[in-house]
This record gives sequence, C-alpha cells and structure tokens, in this order.
Amino acid sequence: MNDVRYSAPSTLDEASKAMLAANGTGWILAGGTDLLVQMRSGMRKPGVIVDIKKIDEMMTVQDLGGGSYRIGAAVSGAVLGEHKALKKAWPGVIEAINLIGSKQVQGRASAGGNLCNASPAADSGPALVAAGAILAIHGPNGRREIPVEKLHSGPGRTTLAPGEILVSFTLPARPKGSSDAYLRLIPRTEMDIAVVGVGVNLTISGGKCTAARVGLGAVAPTVLLVEDAGKALVGSSLDDAAIEKAAAACRAACKPINDKRGTIEYRTKIAGVLLKRSTAIAIERAKGN
Amino acid sequence: MSNGKYKWIGTRVDRPDGADKVTGRARFGADFNLPGQLMGRVLRSPHAHAIIKSIDTSAAEKLPGVKAVMTAKDLPDQPNLIVPTGEMQVNMRDITRNILAREKALFEGHPVAAVAAVTDAIAKQAIDLIKVDYEVLPHVIDVTEAMKPDAPVLHDHLMTEGVKPPPTKASNIAKRMDNAKGDIEAGWKQAEVTIEREYTTQAVHQGYIEPHAALASAAEDGQLQIWSTTQGHFQVRGFCSRLLGVEVSQIRVTPTEIGGGFGGKTVVYLEPIAARLSQKSGKPVKMVMTREEVFRASGPAPGGTVKVKLGAKKDGTIVAAECEIALQAGAFPGSPLGPACWTSFACYDIPNIKVVGFDVVSNRAKVAAYRAPGAPISAWGVESTLDILAQELGMDPIELRLKNAAKKGTKTSYGPTFDTIGFVETLEAIKNSAHYKTKPKPGYARGVAAGFWFNVGADSSAAAHVAEDGTVTVISGNPDIGGSRASLALMAAEELGVDYSKVRPIIADTSSIGFNFVTGGSRVTFATGLAVVNSVRDMIRELKVRAAKTWGVDPEAVIWEDGMAKPAGSNVGEFEPLSLAQLAASAGKTGGPINGHAQLNAQGAGPGFGVHVVDLKVDHDTGCVHIDRYTAAQDVGTAIHPSYVEGQIQGGAVQGIGWALNEEYIYNAKGRLDNAGFLDYRMPVASDLPMIDALVVEVPNPHHPYGVRGVGEVPIVPPLAAVGNAVSRSMNIRMTDLPLSPPRLSAAIDAATPKIAAE
Ligand SMILES: Cc1cc2nc3c(=O)[nH]c(=O)nc-3n(C[C@H](O)[C@H](O)[C@H](O)COP(=O)(O)OP(=O)(O)OC[C@H]3O[C@@H](n4cnc5c(N)ncnc54)[C@H](O)[C@@H]3O)c2cc1C
Repeated sequence: MNDVRYSAPSTLDEASKAMLAANGTGWILAGGTDLLVQMRSGMRKPGVIVDIKKIDEMMTVQDLGGGSYRIGAAVSGAVLGEHKALKKAWPGVIEAINLIGSKQVQGRASAGGNLCNASPAADSGPALVAAGAILAIHGPNGRREIPVEKLHSGPGRTTLAPGEILVSFTLPARPKGSSDAYLRLIPRTEMDIAVVGVGVNLTISGGKCTAARVGLGAVAPTVLLVEDAGKALVGSSLDDAAIEKAAAACRAACKPINDKRGTIEYRTKIAGVLLKRSTAIAIERAKGN
Repeated sequence: MSNGKYKWIGTRVDRPDGADKVTGRARFGADFNLPGQLMGRVLRSPHAHAIIKSIDTSAAEKLPGVKAVMTAKDLPDQPNLIVPTGEMQVNMRDITRNILAREKALFEGHPVAAVAAVTDAIAKQAIDLIKVDYEVLPHVIDVTEAMKPDAPVLHDHLMTEGVKPPPTKASNIAKRMDNAKGDIEAGWKQAEVTIEREYTTQAVHQGYIEPHAALASAAEDGQLQIWSTTQGHFQVRGFCSRLLGVEVSQIRVTPTEIGGGFGGKTVVYLEPIAARLSQKSGKPVKMVMTREEVFRASGPAPGGTVKVKLGAKKDGTIVAAECEIALQAGAFPGSPLGPACWTSFACYDIPNIKVVGFDVVSNRAKVAAYRAPGAPISAWGVESTLDILAQELGMDPIELRLKNAAKKGTKTSYGPTFDTIGFVETLEAIKNSAHYKTKPKPGYARGVAAGFWFNVGADSSAAAHVAEDGTVTVISGNPDIGGSRASLALMAAEELGVDYSKVRPIIADTSSIGFNFVTGGSRVTFATGLAVVNSVRDMIRELKVRAAKTWGVDPEAVIWEDGMAKPAGSNVGEFEPLSLAQLAASAGKTGGPINGHAQLNAQGAGPGFGVHVVDLKVDHDTGCVHIDRYTAAQDVGTAIHPSYVEGQIQGGAVQGIGWALNEEYIYNAKGRLDNAGFLDYRMPVASDLPMIDALVVEVPNPHHPYGVRGVGEVPIVPPLAAVGNAVSRSMNIRMTDLPLSPPRLSAAIDAATPKIAAE
C-alpha cells in the first residue's frame, strides 16, 4: 500500500483520463466497501485511486416518469432506501441493494460498485437483471449503453474497457400491474454472502402474466438472465404448474461450484425454492399496483 | 437470592473499567507503542506438511529498513517437558516448534521466520524476500483419517502413550486415556433399552474480536518488558523465560485490556518472537496478527468424534454408559482430552461407566483452550443420546435427567465424589420456568441439554492497600475478561464494610504482585476472589491492631464492623468507633502504612451445572434454522455481580449456538484453510438470536466465603446438544454431525423424503 495517489475529479472526462493515465494501476473509488477491503488484504495495490463521488451525474437519482428512473452508479444504498417513490416503483431492486452489508456499509456502498466488483454473488445483480436495467458507460470514446447482463465476463471481470466508467443504470417504465422481488439465501440473517440470489420482475394483466424476467445469482461465473424461467411464467395465470416450470428452469440454468458456501446440489435446489418464493412476493406486490 | 444477605454482593454496580471501554480510552493490545519501535511480521508456511530443507534470509536482511530477522535457530531447543497452561498441558519441546517451525512445517500458517523493520510495509516486503526450500509431504487433516495405520505421520518420535504393550511404531495417536467406574459388562446385562450412536464435531475458533498483539522491549542490561493481550501475563513471563533463556525476574509483563480470549489467549505466539527480535535489533518490536493469521495459526478448539452407548431400565434409570472420544490436537499432541473424558457423564449418577479417549495429531493449527475445553464435544454426544433415550422411553427429557442427576455424594467416573452441587436445582429451574411451561409455537420444536464443568482453583496472590484518605486499592494479577474487577471490588467492599466506590481494583504486572495462574478455568472470581478476601482480612487484622494501639487495648478486644473498628464489648472500655479514614489518617503514628496481603493455592472449586432449553424451527425447503426462544439455567454458587454472571451465561450460549449451527474449519484438498475470516467462518450475528434468558440458580459453594463457584465455562457445554436435539425433533431425523448448517440439514431432509418424480 505504498504511495497511493488520490484524485477526486468533478467531470467524467477527467476521471476517465486519470484512469487511462494510470495505465492499469488505477482503481475507481465509489463507496470503497469492496476496494478498501481488497487493498487491506493485499489483493489490490492501486497506484491511483479515482474517487467518483464528486461527479454530479453519478450521485443523482432522476425520475424519468412512468416508473422509469436513472440512478447514478455511486449513489449509496442508504440514499436509495430512503427514496420513497423509487422504492415503491422498484421494491425488488431496492430491497436487493439494501441487503448489501449492514447499516454502516449501506451508508457507503453503491449499486455501481456492487456491479463493477463483478462478484457473481453480488446482491444487486439478479434484481437489476430481472428489472432489465440499462447501463450507461462513459469512456475515452464517449458513451455507450448495454443491458446489465452484458457487464460481467467472469468472476471479478467486467467488459469495461480501459478508462471506462459505469455512470448510471436506468430502470425501464413498466405498465400497471408490474412489480418485482429479490430473495437471497444466506446461512445467517445478516452480514453474509448470497449462496443463491433470485430476482423476479413481472407484469400481470387480466389475470395473466404478460411479462416476466428472472435474474439468478451465485450459481454460475456471472449473474444469469434465465430466459426460460421468464417464458414459463409469461402467458400463464401464475399457477403452481407454471411456477414449478420456472423453478425447474432456474435449477437447469445453474452451473454452480462446490465450495465453502454451498454444494452444487444445495445451490441448485435453492435456486428453485427462491424462484417460487420471490415470484410469490412479486405477484402479491403486482396485484397491489 | 443473595440480595438481602449482603450489602454489596449481588448488586449490579457499574464496572470499574466500564467508562474507559465505552469511551474508547481503554488500551488494548495493539494500542501500545514505544518510541523507536519496529514492526514485526511472521513468514508462514503455505504447506500443510513439509520438510524445511533450508531457509535463506540473506535478501531480507539486506533490505534497507530491516533491523532483525530470525528463524528457529535463534531460539534454543527445548526439552520434552510438560507444563500446565490454564486447563491445557503443553510440551516445551513442541511449543518452541509451534512458535517457529524447526524440522518441518506442520500446518498451513505455521511460522517459519520473522522480521522486524522500521515500517510494517518494509517488514512485509522482507517476508516476501525470505526463501524457504520445502519438500512437500502428504498431509492429513481429519482425525479418523489421521488414526489410520497408513496415514502420513507427523512426528517420527510419537509413540502412543497409555497403551499396553507400548507401541514400537510412530503414529498420530499421541495418547489413549481410560477411566471407568463399576462393572460395565454387568451394566449392559441389566439394561432393558440400549442406544448407541456416533457423532462428529468440527474445529471451531474462539472468535475473540481482538487479534493477538504484543510489544517487547529488551534493554542492553538483559531486562525485558512485554505488553501483551493475554489471559495470563505470568504464563507469558514463564514461557518467555524458558523459550528465550532469560531469568524470570528479568522479565516484566504488563497485560493490556483484552478483547476476548475464551481460553485462546492462555498460550504464547508472538511474545517470544517480538522479544527475540527486540534483543537482536536493540529496539522495541511490536507485532499484531491479522485476522487471517488468527484463524490460520491460533486457537482453535478441536473437532472430534464421539461414540456413545447408554443402557437404561424402562423407568429411565441409566445403568450403563460408555463413551469413546477422539479429539484433534492439531499439529502437536495435547487436545483437551482429559476434560472431554471426565466431563462426559459427570452430570449423572450412573453405576457403570467406561470412557476411552484418544489424542490425535494432524496437519492443523495446534488447538488451544476454549471455554470448558473438551466438554462441549463429549456433551454433544452424550446429551444427544440421552435425548434419543427420552424419545425411546417416551419420557420428558428433564424428567429423565432428574431421575439420573448427580447429587452430593455421587462418585464420578474420574475419581472425586461431589460435595454440595446444584444440578437438581438447575433442572428444576428449567422445569418450572415460564419457557418450559409454555408449549413451543406451532411449527417450532424444543430441545433440552445439560452440561458440567469442574471450575478450578489454583494459585493466586492479592494485596489490599489503604490510602491516606481511607480509600482502598485492591491489587490482583488476573486480566479481566468477564467483569472480574467489579466482582473482586464487590467482595472487598463487602468484607471491609465500605462503599463499593471506595474500592479501586487494579490488575498489576508480573513484577508488582505475586504469581497468579491464568484467567481461565472459571477460577478468577473463586480463587483470586478468595485471595482478595484474605488480603482484606489481613488488612482488617492490621486495622484492629492500629485501633487497639490507639485505645491502648489488646487487638483481640477490637472487632471490625460496618467499616469501623469497635470495642468487642462494654468490658473493653468506652471508645468511639474508628473509621477506616480515621485509622488511615493516623497510620503514621500507629505503625506506618496499612496493607494486607494474601497468597494461596485455592482448593475446593465448586463444580457448575447448566441446563438449556431452546425452541427453534427448521425451514424444510432451505435447511435454515430460526431460533425463537432460548433459556439457560445455571448453578453459579453466588452471583457476585448478577449482570456479568448473566452476560457469561448468554455469551457462552451464543458461542455454543454458533458451534452447533454454522461454525467450522473448511480445508481444501491441499490442506489449506479455506475460510480464514469472519465472512465464511460464520459466528452468529445479533440478528440470528433471540434474547437469551439467563436463569441464575444459587447453590453456594461451601468452600468459598461467599459461595462462589465460577460461571464462564458451563454455558458453552449444553447448547450444541440443546440445538441439535431441537433440530432433530423438528426434522424427525436424528442429526449426529456438526455443524447443522443449511446445506447439511437440507441434504438430510432430502435424503429422508421420497424423490419427486419430476426431478
Ligand atoms: C461488511 C461487508 C458486508 C458486505 N455485504 C455484502 C452483501 O451482503 N451483498 C453484496 O452484494 N455485497 C456485500 N459487500 C460488498 C460491497 O459492500 C458491495 O459490493 C458494494 O455494493 C460495493 O460498492 P462500493 O460503492 O463500496 O464499491 P467500491 O468498493 O468503491 O468499488 C467496488 C469495485 O468496483 C469498481 N467501481 C466502483 N464504481 C465504479 C464505476 N462507477 N465504474 C467502474 N468501476 C467502478 C471499483 O474500482 C472496485 O473495483 C459487503 C462488504 C462488506 C465490507
């Protein structure tokens, strides 16, 4: 940890330039709840730290109407949790982000950091994938947009090019009768890492499911969009058979490993269990909308 | 309870160290610094088992800023000599090898070399420059594997002790232990029901929040000062003396405030290294372990296997009991096998008992004491088997235990016959509790288990000084890990008849008070409490002499009452009572300062018993456990400070719950620990637990002036089986392997449920 340079630019261009100039030794600092822990353990040895919290766009939440929001990548979980309208519009996304860490961690941790750290078990991932969030990325060659499920290329790896910064994620507008939910399984009740995480986002109209997306975390090298699970739900009346079919699709999508956090059998089984439970919550919520 | 009988004992006064601790003023191990100090670091073996062919430290020594480098060559080798440390025994030959590996690295994380440098960063860099040539050997982690004849052998010289004829071939079984009572075969013949099961537990860490830390300063004239976070600074002194070859009185060890120990800080890791590095560099050396180092190379408590067989009459009378225990010792012999064996059936009056134990080495960190060392492991087996027996007989689990409970006069399998004990009272406290009288909530199941711990006495010294204004300092030598300062001050205030606020308890360094054995074995409030009471009595004797002098009467004609000297009767003469303050003020004229001293080897420690009951639910889809209600009853003798007694009971219960549910050491195929941190080593967090209700039972120990038994260890003994019994009853499947983690419970439920066709 010798001689780390710290900069806190106020524009994206400066931040991007600083990252490029650092030549691979630069690290973006949002809340730091991953980065500082990694530095302390010796896993990361930055030469330059680029703090992005002075960049307005990254720190604001914008209401785009119709339930659509653009959320700055560095906004902390605590701020998002206190945003009543956002929480009402996207309860699943916000509950996922608010599950990160503890009260203290929430004060710092951002969804952008959670995504860019690229842990397959990160809590915001499945909920944002289910939501169909679109990421805005700023880099040396300007801006581009990608769906959130295209961000990760493997554990700890993203598709961001050198100098690219995640600026915001946009949650789309949804019709009436829509809602979402996120559930994770952890052995304890807090301060733990998901063994499996499932996000469900669905729309009900006239008693039928008209749209559904399912995101699945911690069961593969990257967070998964389980298209078959969504398909199993769409067109159904969300009866037990349809939900069981979606659960089976989740189990089939799992490519987990045996590790200290769970066995292959356990993770696969739990993917199905959580699909059912989070779908039930999403249905309840959608009915109220 | 004790309220009413005493003025101070049994009250919930503020602890003397409380303000410092809540304001952050208290100084813990890593808070001590000296001018010009260096930072020390340890190089640790990446291999579970390897011959150390050579160590090249030359590049590290050349690095600017490095002031000293050491390996095991810098410490004299030690004889094959067993010395006690708290409740465990250690061999000096092994302990020097545990501190710095010699011939072999025996576990991942085993220290191999150490450096001291002007900054921590340079020390870390220097560590990376040390080249060790290892020849990696096959390793063995599991106890059962390590006991097999073809297992890799850790120590070529290790011949199993306690078997006849003595073996001629080295193995990993360090020792066999036997104890018995009655005639076990005759017992089985009387039995109408027999239950037999085999259980396993995993290694668990004490999980103290404060990592090990030490600061050592060696002077040119040979004096050595050490500041260390420890449960026994006299042990640190003794170990350093032997390991470094320095006379005991040349070493002065000051204990810092301690952020938890639970037994794990009764041994030395960093102190001798910091001291030798300081001697070599001529500068003070500070060393602090990282959390990862704490997990890889300190503690833990052993895991083990326990086979239990119980035989009973149909009415529940247990007539025969057998138990076989094999415990992980870690890389060197010396698991808490004795206590595991002796405590196994100590709760019960059983005529025929046979216990066999094995102490087994494997490529893991050497185990250290952890609250009631060994007892939770045998209790896991015995109390689970009792639960099966209760189910088999259709008996209430408390009634079954009451029917067989040990009482005054019960002879234990390991020798002693119990004096006054409170097991029956403790069982009845649970039986009559609001918790036990209420049915579990729908969907919840109830588990019950009991536990025993000896509690120990041993060596203590104390002094009491009266200041010139009549206030009192009570000096003892045991680091305060559970509120003992408050308890000692309460006993002193009670004895002296003065206000608690007039008594200031302090913990002296090794050069400022006589020898004290470690803070461990639940001994401090009992044994050091006794020393404090005796030192105050010695002071009162002197105070009476001074009053007698003042009045011109015989000292025998003076009594001490309510903090004052008074004439023993009207025949002595008419004298106004003399207060402590008055006697202190005139001390210069009556013979100088007034102090009291005491030293003793405390005998008659009172055994303690606990009974726990828990209501919990198992989520049958996920295997997650939700605890709804938990009550722990314990005979504590006398609760000197009820809040800290309750705190001990609650803390022990929580640690036991963690042991039962999620805590375990996970090794990969290379024998490396995979979960060396609090994220994946899952101790319970506050939100996992309900309030633990502590029911304090008081059956005074007849061998202590205030009836103290000792409290800190019993409460970790019952929870493993209490939780396990509830889980097993909830699932209708008997669980025998810890931890009862969600994947394990889920797998057990699935294995017992017919497969769904669709899957
Ligand atoms: C005690 C504790 C508990 C935790 N519990 C959880 C949990 O329950 N669930 C969970 O998912 N995580 C958990 N975490 C991990 C962590 O808190 C989260 O991943 C958090 O969301 C990270 O956000 P941050 O803003 O702190 O990221 P930072 O640490 O600032 O950044 C994380 C990584 O992303 C990069 N980065 C950050 N922002 C950007 C950006 N805009 N563009 C490009 N790169 C960027 C950084 O360079 C870094 O590599 C926990 C951490 C701790 C310390």
